[in-house]
Amino acid sequence: MKPLLSVRDLHVGFGRDPAAHEVVKGVSFELAAGETLAIVGESGSGKSVTALSVNRLVDFGGGKITGGSITLDRTGGAVDITSADEAVLQGIRGREIGMIFQEPMTSLNPVHTVGRQIEEAFRLSRGITGHAATIAAREALERVRIPDATQRLGYYPHQLSGGMRQRVMIAMVIAANPRLLIADEPTTALDVTVQAQIMALLAELRAETQMAMIFITHDIGLVAGVADQIMVMQQGAAVEQGALDAVIDHPQHDYTKHLLGAVPHFTSGAAVLGDGVRNGEQAPIVRVDNLVVRFPAARGLFARASGAVHAVDGIDFDLRPGETLAIVGESGSGKSTTARAILGLTPATRGGIAVAGHGHRPVQMVFQDPFASLNPRLDVESLLAEPAIAAGQKVDAKLRERMVTLLKRVGLPEDALTRYPHQFSGGQRQRLAIARALMLNPDVVVLDEAVSALDVSVQARVLELLVDLQREFGLAYLFISHDMAVVERIAHRIAVMYAGQLVEIGDARSVLADPQHSYTRRLIGAVPAIDRRRQDFKVDNTQVPSLLKPRGYEPPPARWREAGTDHRVRLEEQ
Amino acid sequence: MGLLRAVLRHPSGRIGLGIIVVFLVLAVLGAVGLTPHDPLKQFVVDRLKPPSATYWFGTDLLGRDTFSRLMLGIGESFLVAFASVAVAATAGTLIGLFAAWWGHLWDGVLMRIMDVLLAFPAILLALLIVAIEGPGVVTSITAIGIVYTPIFARVVRAPALALKAREFVEAARTFGSSQGYILSRHLLLNLVAPLTVQITLALAWSLLTESGLSFLGLGTQPPAPSLGVMLAESKSMMTRAPWLMLFPGLTIMLAILGFNLLGDALRDILDPRTRERTA
Repeated sequence: MKPLLSVRDLHVGFGRDPAAHEVVKGVSFELAAGETLAIVGESGSGKSVTALSVNRLVDFGGGKITGGSITLDRTGGAVDITSADEAVLQGIRGREIGMIFQEPMTSLNPVHTVGRQIEEAFRLSRGITGHAATIAAREALERVRIPDATQRLGYYPHQLSGGMRQRVMIAMVIAANPRLLIADEPTTALDVTVQAQIMALLAELRAETQMAMIFITHDIGLVAGVADQIMVMQQGAAVEQGALDAVIDHPQHDYTKHLLGAVPHFTSGAAVLGDGVRNGEQAPIVRVDNLVVRFPAARGLFARASGAVHAVDGIDFDLRPGETLAIVGESGSGKSTTARAILGLTPATRGGIAVAGHGHRPVQMVFQDPFASLNPRLDVESLLAEPAIAAGQKVDAKLRERMVTLLKRVGLPEDALTRYPHQFSGGQRQRLAIARALMLNPDVVVLDEAVSALDVSVQARVLELLVDLQREFGLAYLFISHDMAVVERIAHRIAVMYAGQLVEIGDARSVLADPQHSYTRRLIGAVPAIDRRRQDFKVDNTQVPSLLKPRGYEPPPARWREAGTDHRVRLEEQ
Repeated sequence: MGLLRAVLRHPSGRIGLGIIVVFLVLAVLGAVGLTPHDPLKQFVVDRLKPPSATYWFGTDLLGRDTFSRLMLGIGESFLVAFASVAVAATAGTLIGLFAAWWGHLWDGVLMRIMDVLLAFPAILLALLIVAIEGPGVVTSITAIGIVYTPIFARVVRAPALALKAREFVEAARTFGSSQGYILSRHLLLNLVAPLTVQITLALAWSLLTESGLSFLGLGTQPPAPSLGVMLAESKSMMTRAPWLMLFPGLTIMLAILGFNLLGDALRDILDPRTRERTA
């Protein structure tokens, strides 16, 4: 049988002299109808450019195909995409090759309802208009498993959650019945349980429609469940490609082995560090007591607050010296708000936060995105000096000595002092941010998704560094993350947050190996893992309850159950 | 120095900077008295002479050398332009910065005042100030400075609001950095690029406004020459002595072109999006 898509020795370059600035250097693959190819690689590997070349969208990003062929089998005969003119390409894009992107908010038009946008997709691809289009749009929403489809048609994109928006995007793309779907990191911006829902949806749609898929991702664990073929890319070249099981179970190339090794495999608590078992009555360094953070929700400028967003609704925990407490949960669960309240960036509505540390600022923070948390106009010396200046210290030889010591300790070169943030890679910048947080010898470091923005192999090394620094300086970490596999590698204790409340807290091994609360189970069940790829688990499409509560609303008091020596679970309402 | 090299490498930057430097040299020479003739001396026998080897740009009705007067006029006009832009840039930057930083009521009040100022034409405001202060160089500087203040306030406020919400400002708060430190190191330092571009472009406008004010007799007072004054003096002899109008007019045009070319070049160079492509 003839393949649907056949790519031969593809070369793509950028800039004025594309041949000299090649980003894709001779990639070949074939894709049959109904098959899924996963292209895996780290940022800059050329995986997205390869996929964007298949529908020639790469032209609009300043790229140019400098060699090779891309043959798409169409009803009217095969077409070579590399030489097709724009009119032909417009007929192919959308109708035959659909595409979904990472961030659905930027792909949807914010001023039109989702219903209108899906109707538009039907009109453009199949000429369906009027009432028939409305019915088709509703069916499309039902196909992507959006509940209450009739009402949702009238929603604007901002009224939907990230996962819902991605579903709408998928509904628009499959409206045209494309024979090939390109998905460029479609779940990277989503929470892990939502990611599992979207992956399951894509797998189901593929079975229903027999469309082929090219799935681009940096997460080799994620594609293990959906791909038939896998292609590993590094610096513009395919270093390994083949059938999924062959590549994953018997990787040949060092880079593939490295990627597979670097992916933090989630092992249900087996990889937990064993050094953090609580002993005796050591005094906590941070104690959070019934913390409540609410934001008034007012409609209009002069209206009285009609209610409040209950971002954090009565949580208690403590953190002891030298211990890592991971707060896990999805976006909107209140984990970042908790961290911000501890640092004093967000005022607490009620409740107490007691920090027993010493010095100017005993709690320091490392942010998620090292590109955003370092001022691009300051050199490293000024960046590192800032906490010291804020504490009233002088920038002198002694302080510079400390900077150099810390730079060396986090694995950066000594001459880094005179350089600027843009001269470092993402991982190096995060090391820089860590060094800065350590300048004042803090007792507690809040790590807010501190490794989430890094490539997997970099992530593993930064995690190692964090563990080493903790042992060396006796730091306590408050590690905020959505990634269970990462949490497993660093946490001594885990607190699970759901809709502003703590639902389970306790010893890391106990929580991960024997989760008690239904939400914790769901969260752990959604973690993609290579060794669980053959398991089929049911996808739970439950929506998170709204955090917007009417004025004067108070949640019922929490009742807890002991599930072990250091393991408490909130009782669920039946 | 890296910036200068980048400007020289940029085609329109090279031309713009060249024009400005030539005018600045002429103005400085004029200011220290190195003119071909005494710009105020009246060579009565040589009245309304067309351009020649002795009088390069000709002479006016009173027999004064146009080229020498032009050198002085450039100095006068540039002085007003630079001084007024300095006033506007300083006041506008501070207002925009504080409006963005304090927010809420301050933002509303300060920016509404700026809106009101923005609605005034420079000439009208100058008339108002002339009525109080009398005409002169200081009047021009004050009027033009006030008129361009809201433009700087707007140029600063929008990016300052965005910067305020950036994570590195948040990080600075977690260190307990002072407001002054955050404003100067995290906000102002990141505003250098848009401000540089804005200052260059504002120089072009204020030069034009200064010429307009002087032309109407509200700015520099005769016999001191400024480009606007020279244009005003030439208008009655437009047909008999076209050089009297041609050279000051050309000077104004070239100077504005120079500032604009330089501003465009700076925008290209300092804009991070274009910079990434060239870097």
